[in-house]
Amino acid sequence: MQPNYFDPFVLPFTLSMFALLTFLVFKYGSWIYRFGASDRKKVFKGFFSRNSWLAMKEIFMEGLLHRKIFKTNRRLGYMHMSLAFGWFLLIVVGAIEAHTFAKGSSPFYFPIFFRFFVPGTHESFFSDGFTQLMDLLLLFVLSGLFLAVLKRFKSVWVGQTKTSRKKPIDRVVLTSLWLIFPLRLLAESFTSGIHHSGGFLTGSLGTFFGVFLPINQLAYPAWWAYSLALGFFFIGLPFTRYMHIPTEMVLIFFRNWGIKLGVDNPVLMEVEINSCPKCGICIDTCQLSSMAGIHNTQSVYFIQKLRYHEDYNQVAESCLMCGRCEAVCPVAIDLNSIRLMHRADVSATREENFGFIPVQTRTADVIYFAGCMTHLTPTIKNSMVKILNASGDKYWFFDKEQGACCGRPLKLAGQLEAARELVERNRQMMMESGARMLVASCPICYKTFAEDYHLGMEVLHHSQYLERLMANKQISVEKLEVSAVYHDPCELGRGSGIYESPRAVVQNVAKLKSSVYQKENALCCGGSIAHLTLPLEKKKQIARETLRLLTVEHPQVIATGCPLCKKSFTGESGTKIMDIAELVAKALVAKPVREAAKQQKEPVYL
Amino acid sequence: MTMKTIAIIGAGPAGMEASGSLARLGYHVVLIEKEATVGGHLKNLFQLFPDRRPGKEILTHLVQTIKHPGIQIKVNSEVSEVQKLDNSFALKINEETMNADAVLVTTGFDLYDATEKEEYGYGIYPNVITSADLEQMFHNGKVVTEEGKTPKRVAFIHCVGSRDEKAGNNYCSKVCCVTAVKQAIEIKELLPETEVFCYYMDIRMFGPYYEELYREAQEKWGVMFIRGKLSEASQNMDGSILMKAEDTLAGKPLRMNTDLMVLMAGMVPSASSKKVAQQFKMEEGQNRFFKSADNHYRYNESQQMGVFIAGACVAPMNITDTIANARAAAVKIDEYLKN
Ligand SMILES: Cc1cc2nc3c(=O)[nH]c(=O)nc-3n(C[C@H](O)[C@H](O)[C@H](O)COP(=O)(O)OP(=O)(O)OC[C@H]3O[C@@H](n4cnc5c(N)ncnc54)[C@H](O)[C@@H]3O)c2cc1C
Ligand code: SF4
Ligand code: SF4
Ligand code: SF4
Ligand code: SF4
Repeated sequence: MQPNYFDPFVLPFTLSMFALLTFLVFKYGSWIYRFGASDRKKVFKGFFSRNSWLAMKEIFMEGLLHRKIFKTNRRLGYMHMSLAFGWFLLIVVGAIEAHTFAKGSSPFYFPIFFRFFVPGTHESFFSDGFTQLMDLLLLFVLSGLFLAVLKRFKSVWVGQTKTSRKKPIDRVVLTSLWLIFPLRLLAESFTSGIHHSGGFLTGSLGTFFGVFLPINQLAYPAWWAYSLALGFFFIGLPFTRYMHIPTEMVLIFFRNWGIKLGVDNPVLMEVEINSCPKCGICIDTCQLSSMAGIHNTQSVYFIQKLRYHEDYNQVAESCLMCGRCEAVCPVAIDLNSIRLMHRADVSATREENFGFIPVQTRTADVIYFAGCMTHLTPTIKNSMVKILNASGDKYWFFDKEQGACCGRPLKLAGQLEAARELVERNRQMMMESGARMLVASCPICYKTFAEDYHLGMEVLHHSQYLERLMANKQISVEKLEVSAVYHDPCELGRGSGIYESPRAVVQNVAKLKSSVYQKENALCCGGSIAHLTLPLEKKKQIARETLRLLTVEHPQVIATGCPLCKKSFTGESGTKIMDIAELVAKALVAKPVREAAKQQKEPVYL
Repeated sequence: MTMKTIAIIGAGPAGMEASGSLARLGYHVVLIEKEATVGGHLKNLFQLFPDRRPGKEILTHLVQTIKHPGIQIKVNSEVSEVQKLDNSFALKINEETMNADAVLVTTGFDLYDATEKEEYGYGIYPNVITSADLEQMFHNGKVVTEEGKTPKRVAFIHCVGSRDEKAGNNYCSKVCCVTAVKQAIEIKELLPETEVFCYYMDIRMFGPYYEELYREAQEKWGVMFIRGKLSEASQNMDGSILMKAEDTLAGKPLRMNTDLMVLMAGMVPSASSKKVAQQFKMEEGQNRFFKSADNHYRYNESQQMGVFIAGACVAPMNITDTIANARAAAVKIDEYLKN
């Protein structure tokens, strides 16, 4: 005999759940539909592949256990984990319990309201164990909830200085989310109290409430309230940040199936935007907020502006593109790229003409490209020329007369058409030289050559080139008597993943000191050309603060690998700032002239 | 009535002139100078604009002024501690403590550190020098390049570190335009065959007879003035300097070789002014020079009661204005102490 497991109070939950599922199916379906043909193919191919397993594993690690948040901050990690993983277990264990009891078919809301329909103790398999386990899980979730409430009122305690600002609808849904578990606790306790059942938590609480509360009258309304809270939450979810819960999982699947963000893929961007839980981790890491007092431009605000179709132009511009937020974002949203995609394409407003740059080509093995920033820090350029002359490599100093630019600043300023034209001009000259390698001194140029030029030759930043010259014994150096801390330039470090080569170079010529702010956690010098409107005083403020943090170990030199970093620090620093090329040039030991160098008395350049 | 004491910090033209004025008004003055000798930047000036009289003449005059029984001069000295009392300040100088009823701050300026503009090559290429270095050459009576040759061409670059957003200094240093004109004429007198160029943004001839000097430089000496800003400099094989600039009148980019390039480094608030500002809790203006209580009416008063300011620590100033400013401060201090 199948008992009738129905009561009207299940309706708010059931109907809202259906509405939500319909909405999600429609939404995700439309995303897949709007993907380009090739991405759609990836979805269908990926669906049955091993990658789906990997995705599930990732969802488990990140979506439920929140491993990345744990890494940044334990307490915050625990909060997220107990809420997500705890709830997940409640559902899974609850379902098993209900199925063990019902031995087969039961309505899908049955596990959620199990205690209502099966209020007393019962004899099915492991029933006592389940009851205690479910109580334990509920306690686990409630502990996370407690932290969440605390965070709302006192975010410093969970280790964040600022929490993100919330919209009214967020508040309504947040309240219903907060109420779900306390209401469940009350409903289950009351019912247990009436029937003298329940586990260590609901059972004892039920007995306790029974002493002074009319639990007989309260139990039924409590179940209604519980169902309503669930209902409100599910209905509101698509309009709030909680949309991130299902979307993040979808995003992980998409990524594992090989779908990438690109200018031609605005759909994945939409998925990413909807996956942001507004955790606010990107706020604390941003130097614009911690050092320059600008509190409205951090990635979370930018993403929200996009999500709610608000005017984002000013916020899109106001960013150093340092990538610090992207490095810590637990959802790994492509924050820099999304920002760049939203900088206005202003190509149309200006007419660029690069006719003044002579098209000339030299044959050489190595092309050296100093870059316009390096021309403004001639010590770096001179050091590189000295080293190149000593290396014996046959090189061509491409921009000795400083005609060309790599094109990146134009791109960052939204001058896309002009940037394309410039890139094509340079590319042509470089390809014709027959060189096997391009060496750039500016990390911004390096990244541009490596990613946008498709040169078919090796592209190296000078740190990599210097490391190689030393390893090949093409140059020899003598260790200098100085200690140096190495500052990772944003574009070279987080931007291009080059952390070790410059360190190897510094280690060869000086005593390398480490810093808390290194590698992925390196700070921005403040001088970023990506930020077009930041006032100079703010830039200097960032530079000064960064310098203070970099020099706690009192190094004699701050070494870096970017002319722009050097420029932003100089003048604000009591410690000498040197490019690694300068250090190497200083440490260079004259040695017997090699064959190649003999033939090449004068350096080969324009 | 006991004699009131005034501490004057910085013995450049401003501090010296004010000391003399206050001593003659009957006050006891303690003049504190961190260097071994008095005179401030005036010590380094060979000839003064606009009339080209020797800097030494003015210096001698000022030294005469401070030879007064009411003035106690402490060289090689700095204030190490300040304590504000009810109507006075307790200052610690060289482990001794003195009481001052009023304080006049005349800590002057520093020359802008031209190595900060690395693209101009100061400190990298020996033939890039500053106006102060050139002044030193005039003292020595010989203007030569690093290689010991007579320069065939000399280029002056105006506004180095002044009126420069990137250097963080938006203000005009006032004296460098006319200094460039003066130095250009001195070069021409010394080396008539040498071509002299000035690269400027605007020519600012703000004082009496300055415009006349500018005209003389063009008409009599053939100094060439090019409106344009230097973008960068590099060194040629022979040590001469290749300049890249833009001629903004012709609207064309321009390249020029020069044997000697002179950077007209501007004035910045001196590093020790900053220290003094902290000691006396004085405010800095937006340009980082000391902030006056009022820009017209209380120019010599700082925001701190009993602390007065004068000379180039308030704003870039020539010597004429510095001296007038110092006397004005003396009168204000006199009024303050009498009330
Ligand atoms: C290149 C150049 C050329 C110039 N040529 C002329 C010219 O031809 N004609 C002209 O009229 N003007 C000229 N000037 C301007 C002139 O130098 C200034 O007007 C004048 O020096 C300002 O005097 P001052 O006393 O205010 O400051 P300063 O001359 O700077 O004197 C300040 C003094 O205070 C001392 N001091 C600073 N801090 C402390 C401290 N904490 N404790 C104790 N002592 C301290 C310093 O050591 C210094 O001796 C020129 C300026 C420059 C840069
Ligand atoms: S962008 Fe990333 S770090 Fe910032 S709030 Fe969203 S998820 Fe968190
Ligand atoms: S990229 Fe850097 S500056 Fe921009 S929002 Fe992120 S942390 Fe802030
Ligand atoms: S990236 Fe920078 S330094 Fe490099 S060429 Fe382009 S603009 Fe110049
Ligand atoms: S006086 Fe002339 S050179 Fe000096 S900052 Fe002003 S405009 Fe520039």
